[in-house]
Amino acid sequence: MAKKSNAANKVEHRAPPPPSGAVPWKKDFAHALLLDMLRIRRMEEKSAELYGAGKIRGFLHLYIGEEAVAVGALHALGPEDNVVATYREHGHALMRGMPMDAIMAEMYGKREGCARGRGGSMHLFDAQTRLFGGNAIVGGGLPLAVGLGLAAKMQNEDRLTACFFGDGAVAEGAFHEALNLAALWKLPVLFCCENNLYGMGTAIERAESQTDLVAKAAAYNLPALSADGMDIVAVHETMQEAVATVRQGKGPAFVEFRTYRFRAHSMFDAELYRDKEEVEAWKARGPIHTFTARLKAQKKLSEKEFLALDARAQAEVEAAVAFAEAGSWEPVEDLLKDVLTPAEATP
Amino acid sequence: MSRKISYREAMREAMHEALTNDPRVFLMGEDVGRYGGTYAFSKGFLEEFGPERIRDTPLSELGFVGAGIGAALGGLRPIVEVMTVNFSLLALDQIVNSAALFRHMSGGQFSVPLVIRMCTGAGRQLAAQHSHSLEGWYAHIPGIKVLAPATIEDARGMLAPALADPDPVVIFEHCQLFNVEGELPDDWNVDISSAKVRRQGKDVALITYGGSLPKALAAAEILAAQGIDSEVLDLRVLRPLDSASIAAAVAKCRRVVVIDENWKSGGLAAEVVARIMEHAFWELDAPVARVCSEEVPVPYAKHLEEAALPQADKIVAAVRGLLGKE
Repeated sequence: MAKKSNAANKVEHRAPPPPSGAVPWKKDFAHALLLDMLRIRRMEEKSAELYGAGKIRGFLHLYIGEEAVAVGALHALGPEDNVVATYREHGHALMRGMPMDAIMAEMYGKREGCARGRGGSMHLFDAQTRLFGGNAIVGGGLPLAVGLGLAAKMQNEDRLTACFFGDGAVAEGAFHEALNLAALWKLPVLFCCENNLYGMGTAIERAESQTDLVAKAAAYNLPALSADGMDIVAVHETMQEAVATVRQGKGPAFVEFRTYRFRAHSMFDAELYRDKEEVEAWKARGPIHTFTARLKAQKKLSEKEFLALDARAQAEVEAAVAFAEAGSWEPVEDLLKDVLTPAEATP
Repeated sequence: MSRKISYREAMREAMHEALTNDPRVFLMGEDVGRYGGTYAFSKGFLEEFGPERIRDTPLSELGFVGAGIGAALGGLRPIVEVMTVNFSLLALDQIVNSAALFRHMSGGQFSVPLVIRMCTGAGRQLAAQHSHSLEGWYAHIPGIKVLAPATIEDARGMLAPALADPDPVVIFEHCQLFNVEGELPDDWNVDISSAKVRRQGKDVALITYGGSLPKALAAAEILAAQGIDSEVLDLRVLRPLDSASIAAAVAKCRRVVVIDENWKSGGLAAEVVARIMEHAFWELDAPVARVCSEEVPVPYAKHLEEAALPQADKIVAAVRGLLGKE
């Protein structure tokens, strides 16, 4: 009997060459997206610092390294669309338009936070920008996204639901049930997989018999795409293509963004499962500095302009920290509030 | 005036009314459509309301219960039918980690106006994997309401207030009740907040709910023939529990037997007994007794299954024990 190779299970952990080539965008748009990546980066760096200082507690999962995904993808959506995210969602919340003040105050556990200190870092919710969490059960958001898609379809709303999840979620039953339902019922749901090669400390090839996630998703009979998640141009353009596909009303789509997390999984992770060289090689293709270099090469960005954008991002972070510091604590008398909906809030 | 209908017909009427009155309401679950409902609760609905609103699902309890939560968040009023409580364990993550938590975790921004209905209980020789009675587990969770309609009136009347409720409501329908027939008064009036006295008495209070209610009422008749006058309190709402009605029954009768098809260890009866200790201890003339399921997976053979479950004769024996009449 001929021996079969298990090629599907092989994964290249070495970083491919950095994103390169001309950025096909107007200067203003390129600057806006660069600024957004810087806002996330600076907010996350400050969050790590505040965690060390004991201001932020619990679990804190940083998005550093993955900024191009939330920024590039969410700039392809409209305000009427729904977003479902994971516990690594600070960037998504910011991109939906949630004020950084409310995010920071929530991480502080303050009353001025988006959930008045009930959710913390992993549970950012915002009704106004249609952000439905902040879900900290891996895969938990996918069935919710199916339901949001179903509601939009049944009510004839022109509203797409983008559901973000990591490669780890692909091993959950919820992934398979959700893709099947969404494709079966032809729902306007866009499944966005942020494949950073690790489910906490378990490398994808140690978790998946089929590591080609596009092939896996396509098995559910829906369009499946993949993009370099470190290249904001590729992310945005692929997302636009996927969004256009879903808006045709013929059913869901799937996009894989191949990305990499530069920091530990959470603040408790000693990172024993991956080589420093691997991390360093991926940092060399970091989404912010490679994009900056490309814009500079095209004379679409000067060092002065870059510094001005970065200063804006840092000022916003400082203001958010000041806002959170000045915030108040929810009175303990209100502990039991909002377990159920109060009668006066009943629609 | 009243008319005679079955529990099944009552529930079917309630769903029909909800689907007719509110375009946001839809029914989703395994075999609710073309099959007509596993227990024929939705027979004819597909033809009347169409496949969008009478939505057959694949065998994906986690997926379609989660989709129900999402649909509720998106502005609809889903009735999600889970075939049995046994299969609801596949959806427990979505019920406990999403539906029950979203209101609080979002700081009051998102409510989940969802109704989940499921059949519960044993007694049909379906063996261990189809005979669970896990209402007590669900009643443990803040953020959801848990109902157990045991009468024709409640089967007819509980769904509408459950759908009007802004928070997730889980309705447990005991499989032994579906064919029970009874009189439905024209002026039925049903809430989802209180326990209800189903039989007035003074010597002993039988506190129960769901599939055990007919057994408690049967036991009360046997006891009456022996000169013992039983009050029967139907809890109806398992979360939040109506502590005041429980305390009132204790104060009136001073002796209590709690009957519950859950296993005794950590079951709902244990919670009821604890409430009695907290709210009515000094009213008691005797320790509270419990009649629950035996601590064993429910067996298939008829005589073994009967022995595993609460029965009228066990309730009678428990009452006589309390009165020193063994």
